[in-house]
Amino acid sequence: MFTQEMLDSMKKVEAARAHNIATEPRRMTAEEKEELLKHYHPDYKEEGFTHLSMGPNAGDKVPEELCELLQGKSRVEDLELDLTKADYEADVLIIGGGGAGSSAAIEADEAGCKAMIVTKLRIGDANTMMAEGGIQAADKENDSPAQHYLDAMGGGHYANVPELLKKLVTEGPGAVQWLNRLGVEFDKAEDGTMITTHGGGTSRKRMHAAADYSGAEIMRTLRDEVLNRRIGGGDFTSAIELLLDEQGRATGAVLQNMETGEILIARAKTVIIATGGAGRLHYQGFPTSNHYGATADGLVLGYRAGAKLLYADTLQYHPTGVAYPQQIFGALVTEKVRSMGAKLINANGEAFMHPLETRDVSAASIIRECSDRGNGVDTGAGKAVWLDTPMIDQIHGEGTLEKRLPGMLRMYSKYGIDIRKTPILVYPTLHYQNGGLQITPDGQTCVENLFVAGEAVGGIHGRNRLMGNSLLDVIVFGRNAGQHASAKAKEVTLGKATLDHVQRFAKEREEKGIHTQTLSPKLLPDYTRKV
Amino acid sequence: MAEMVNVFLMGKRYEVPSGLTIMGAMEYAGYKLVRGCGCRNGFCGACATVYRIKGDRELKTALACQTTVQDNMYVATLPFFPLNKELYDIGKLRPDEQVMMQLYPEIYACIGCNACTKACPQELNVMQYIAYAQRGDFKKCAELSFDCVMCGICSSRCPAGISHPQVAMLARRLNGKYIAPEAQHLTKRVKEIEDGECAKALEAIMNKPVEELKELYNHREIEE
Repeated sequence: MFTQEMLDSMKKVEAARAHNIATEPRRMTAEEKEELLKHYHPDYKEEGFTHLSMGPNAGDKVPEELCELLQGKSRVEDLELDLTKADYEADVLIIGGGGAGSSAAIEADEAGCKAMIVTKLRIGDANTMMAEGGIQAADKENDSPAQHYLDAMGGGHYANVPELLKKLVTEGPGAVQWLNRLGVEFDKAEDGTMITTHGGGTSRKRMHAAADYSGAEIMRTLRDEVLNRRIGGGDFTSAIELLLDEQGRATGAVLQNMETGEILIARAKTVIIATGGAGRLHYQGFPTSNHYGATADGLVLGYRAGAKLLYADTLQYHPTGVAYPQQIFGALVTEKVRSMGAKLINANGEAFMHPLETRDVSAASIIRECSDRGNGVDTGAGKAVWLDTPMIDQIHGEGTLEKRLPGMLRMYSKYGIDIRKTPILVYPTLHYQNGGLQITPDGQTCVENLFVAGEAVGGIHGRNRLMGNSLLDVIVFGRNAGQHASAKAKEVTLGKATLDHVQRFAKEREEKGIHTQTLSPKLLPDYTRKV
Repeated sequence: MAEMVNVFLMGKRYEVPSGLTIMGAMEYAGYKLVRGCGCRNGFCGACATVYRIKGDRELKTALACQTTVQDNMYVATLPFFPLNKELYDIGKLRPDEQVMMQLYPEIYACIGCNACTKACPQELNVMQYIAYAQRGDFKKCAELSFDCVMCGICSSRCPAGISHPQVAMLARRLNGKYIAPEAQHLTKRVKEIEDGECAKALEAIMNKPVEELKELYNHREIEE
């Protein structure tokens, strides 16, 4: 179990607990934050990044692992395909079965279109399912969409695309209402008032939650609704390339059965990419809180078809990933733990920062504490700081943690750690892709009839996302893409399907002297032991 | 070098480091997972697993991503179990006892063996939440079933053919939609937005130059 060093340090944390509860650490100034990020945030490092040498964003900085896939070899390059036949036909083809894809499918169905979801794992095997802390929406008396806008813009370093952020904050309350009417159970007081808390960087308590299963509760409800509506498609079916018509408009996808390898052709009038994030690419060697399929597939598909990326060089490292025990290394410890009052404490028992700075600042601050300042605790796999979870019941009364953070309590109890009594060791974990494919407010990319929603979109959150704005974004922009893609589908007459863009891409690879054999999209990571 | 243990994956013996999860052990042994692996974090229910420790008569259940291997563990994964999911329009249902009678009548055939509860890797009181569903107490059913990851292990053990996770799913949706009180402040704000009452303040802030936005952000009042 715990090493002697951990136990000694834990004693210091316990001894200082009463003092640390009573004192509120100062928030950093704008200048202090800027300086901290520059020196300690992984996004600001030179190594780990490279520049794209081809495609719509040639010259732009991206993580090395992403570059290799964006410039990779197509999985259809060596296949003989008959594109005149169609195994599936739909009005709207949705690639990805997470929160955004499911929301899009429900709206497309609602609009009277034939929607189809393909997903490489199962519907609901997605980061949405794993979002714990909550969903933001400005629905309280002291709050407003304008205030939400200001928080997100400041947190995002003023790089958020204004029109997209406007949509996010304006449609936020409507999204929460839509979910509630589908039957999502939000934490409410006796009179129906939503129980809301802060997240890092929020100026109002607008974090709505369903215990610490917020995303799971949303995702399983959306999945149930998709099933009720008999929306077709398939689990364990990946999209390995988009199809474009002779005018370069999206018109379907080449699919592959993940188990049998069978290739299938899906034709559709419009296509929505809702493939989520990229944590499983393990940028800069970080562990990840993401689900098994988070491999940036949609970015690869879109890029090869000519869609542009925005901010693909900005990632989010969640400040509090599990650092110990090793079985759950990198797993998410929800920010809600800090929303509920638990503070970050270094090896000496000092509360070294305000617990609710934005995520990039918090992550950088923890990295500084564990590196240059030498105040980390050795875990055997690196350094970590404490998150003092016993504070929660001391502040709010016994039983609070169990009621509001049951998932966290369970996750640790499987390894004999009772987080009501014992603080936990945390270190940043790769959590979210801030960047992605660029869209206009209708959800469309620069490739006609190709829409994007959810984590695969870039720009909504600028260069750093606030907690609770991603669950909100998958709902708002998922529904938005579903509505616009189905409206557009009603105007489209299907053309001839082609893979000319893939051939052009292969030719450009040749011209640029890129001879890598890495197949992309990646589809799944490989964790088998290499002997 | 970590201490090694023997595990039997689908009956075949492998030697793996003792600290690994069952999922980690499978990957260590060389399985590249497609089925039986989802969030890897205990939320999605993709990695339902049954196991028996050599010499032990009891068949145990677990999520492969949340359980550490033990010496002489016989492991079989259960990545898919055919649950029965009834289709319905949530807008047309009413939260009364009739609903369960119509959609999931098999819950009334529960023989009280409690095998479901014993099997639940989330340690939920599954039989009790089914009892609440039988009585039409959807609020209680929703509360007790809230941490369900829908892995289906309970149903695999049920002699009455109950699809417990689907029953609970319906109960939670009924509770969330019909039984929990309405959030008046939410209804009010949605209407204000629809009526365009929030647009002006938002436009004003959107039109500010970045320097002014920074001032506003850095000096904004933060709710206690």
